[in-house]
This record gives sequence, structure tokens and C-alpha cells, in this order.
Amino acid sequence: MKIVIIDYGAGNIQSIKFAIKRLGFDAVLSSDSDEIQNADKVIFPGVGEASSAMKKLRGSGLDKIIPTLKQPVLGICLGMQLMCKSSEEGDTEGLGIFNVDVIKFSDQVKVPQIGWNQITNLRSDLFKGVVENEHIYLVHSFYAPLCAETIAECSYGLNYSAALQKDNFYGTQFHPEKSSDVGEKILENFLKM
Amino acid sequence: MLAKRIIPCLDIKDGRTVKGVNFVDLRDAGDPVELAKIYSKEGADELVFLDISATEQKRKTLADLVYHVAENVNIPFTVGGGISSIEDVDILLKNGADKVSINSSAVKNPQLINDLVAKFGSQCIVVAIDAKQIDGEWVVHLVGGKVPTERKLFEWAKEVEKRGAGEILFTSMDHDGTKDGFANEALAKLSTELNIPIIASGGAGRKKHFTDTFIKGKADAALAASVFHFKEIGIKELKEELKENGIPVRL
Repeated sequence: MKIVIIDYGAGNIQSIKFAIKRLGFDAVLSSDSDEIQNADKVIFPGVGEASSAMKKLRGSGLDKIIPTLKQPVLGICLGMQLMCKSSEEGDTEGLGIFNVDVIKFSDQVKVPQIGWNQITNLRSDLFKGVVENEHIYLVHSFYAPLCAETIAECSYGLNYSAALQKDNFYGTQFHPEKSSDVGEKILENFLKM
Repeated sequence: MLAKRIIPCLDIKDGRTVKGVNFVDLRDAGDPVELAKIYSKEGADELVFLDISATEQKRKTLADLVYHVAENVNIPFTVGGGISSIEDVDILLKNGADKVSINSSAVKNPQLINDLVAKFGSQCIVVAIDAKQIDGEWVVHLVGGKVPTERKLFEWAKEVEKRGAGEILFTSMDHDGTKDGFANEALAKLSTELNIPIIASGGAGRKKHFTDTFIKGKADAALAASVFHFKEIGIKELKEELKENGIPVRL
């Protein structure tokens, strides 16, 4: 199986690579559109600020490639947010795969949210073998509200999307690669799709 | 619900854990990777590695350590100690660190916080603040609490937040090593006046101290070293007690 992690200069890619290795698979980093299109699984990572990450993506032309992919694609954290319609962060236009606008947490809660929160209302094969209320690790200031594509919820001042899915596209706001055994299970589910 | 975090802190010198760490069932108690794996298995929510070495190879040794921890551990970890430039941070994050913590370098050059946040994002920049009370006022100190500065804790903490830091790690030098509980009054004030997560550090001795710092101190996370290293408190039993006291934890 060929697993490609999209390399566009945004984020901590090493941890994802290691997590995949612990599951017994190998992943390559690539920004080459042919290599990405020919992969069996594609992981779209990202940390940092939305508008500058999107700029990097546009600079490499990958913004045109990603929405056309046919194999399972997993966006993580900022990767998931960039797959949405837009983000309030840096007034950024996203890839528009998920039909939802990413907005900032209100100051009724501490921002960023950092730490382990619970996932509920799980409704996707991505969570096969994962029980309700398991803890996963997140670090973020912006979130995707609940929508038709929500496949897991999290509660922080209000309920929002912990994960999204549309056809072959998946996105998790949390970091499966940092979410202990639960996260590895979710990552494994994705790799076995 | 967002859980309160328990964070063991490991002191590192030349790539090895220092201070007697009392793990009999460990092949090599000086190996930070082995220790990290054990803490992760016991239920630690996060780890902090504080590098206290001062050699010329420091940067490379630390980057190698970060690489091996990331390779073996599936929970987040923070690296601190002598970090003073964008380059330093870049190397650590590229090798797999989730967050870095800066302390003296931020006091000496506060603009560094803005620069790091602009380049890497708030989520990975922790500012550590060491302070102790002088004539009833909390004064920020450097060099592990030895050198007082002109800065006052609460003003400095607010400036740190304004400059974009994602988290504050507050160590009370008055409480550190006393095993008499955390500085809950100052912590509660920080937690109420600021809108970023606060990590409590300094003073852990008994399980009750953790309950107190989450309830009275309103802390978002609690960090400790020796009580965990010497197995005076087990992380799992600590979390069970916290849960009984109505504190949300990950078990």
C-alpha cells in the first residue's frame, strides 16, 4: 500500500509518519501531484495559521489536485479546516470539500483549546471499534460547527465537529497521531479503508 | 468535556535523564525514551522535557532525543531549556516535538514570542514563567529562580498572552521542592485574568495537592517531577482520585 503525506511546508509531519510506522506501514512525504494522485491513501496534515498554509498550498498548485482525489483522504487539524469552505482565520477561502465555514471559539472558553476532550455521536467507519466518549488530543482556536458532514462531535462551550466526512474525504480536528491508542485505532481504520 | 492534564517533567542532560529516577523495572533509568514510554502507558496526558545541558553539541543531542521520543510515544510532548531562536524551535518541531517552551529568552527579548507565534502558530509556543514573592509581590526570576528581574508576574503573563503564546507554565519558586502544594492563589488569579490555558508547577507532594490546584487554583494542567519519578504518586491512582473528586480526567 502506498501512503502519501502531503508535504507543503506546513506542520509537524514527523509525528504522523512515526504513527503510521508504529502501525506497520510506511508513508512517504510528497508534494508531487502525480505521486499524490497515484497513492492508495493520502494524508493532508497541517498546523499553524490558515491563510499562510493556504497560500503555500496554492503556490504548489495542490489546491487544484486535492479536491479531485478519488482515494481515501484524511485531513488532520488545520488540514481538515482547509478542506472546509472557508476559515475565519486570516479570512481564508478553503478547498470547499466540506460545506461548512470554520469560525473562532468565543472568549467564553479558553483559546486555544489544548488537551484531551471526548468524542461523541460517532457515525462513520473511521470509528470502528472506538467507543463513545473516548478521549482524543486537540489543539485549536478555530472550529467547524455541526453540519450535515459531521461524523463525530466534541463539546467545548458548545458542540462542534470533531470529524467530518464527505464521500472519500475525511477530516479530524483532533490529532490521531497524538491521541494514544484510540488515535492509532482511528488511523488504522483509515489506512485499512 | 475537556480533561485536566497531568504532566510529568523530565530533566535532561546530554540526552540522558538526570536526578535519581527510581524505576526499578526499567532497563535503563537514564534513557528518556524508556521513561516516556512508561509514563505514557501509565496515563500521563503530556510530557515535558527540560534540557539543562550546556554543551556545544546540545542542539544536535536534543534534536536526536526529540526524534526518538516522537518515534516511540503517542502522546504530545513539550521541549524546553535554552531555546532562544526561530532556528532552535524549527529543528525541534521538525524532529517531532509538539510544543516548545521558552523562558529566559522571552524575558530578555519579548518580541521572540511574536516571532515564534507568527512562524509556527500559538498552539506550539508555551511560555514558562518562574516567579517568587518579594515583599508580597510576585516577581519574575531567571536562571531557575536565582536572578530577580524587573518584571511582575501578572503584568508579564498578560503581555505573554497578548504577544500570542498558546499556554503559560507557571512555576512558583516559593513552592517548588516544598511538597506542600501548588501556589493556588496566584494560579487562580492567572487563570481568571487570562484566557489561555495555565499549567501549574512547583509544590506537588500529595494527591490532594492536585485536586486543590484544579479546584482552588483553577489550573488547566498540573506538572510535577519527583513525586512521579520516585513513585510517591502513581499517575493512574492520582487520576482515579481526581475523578472521585469530580475533576474531569482521561482514564
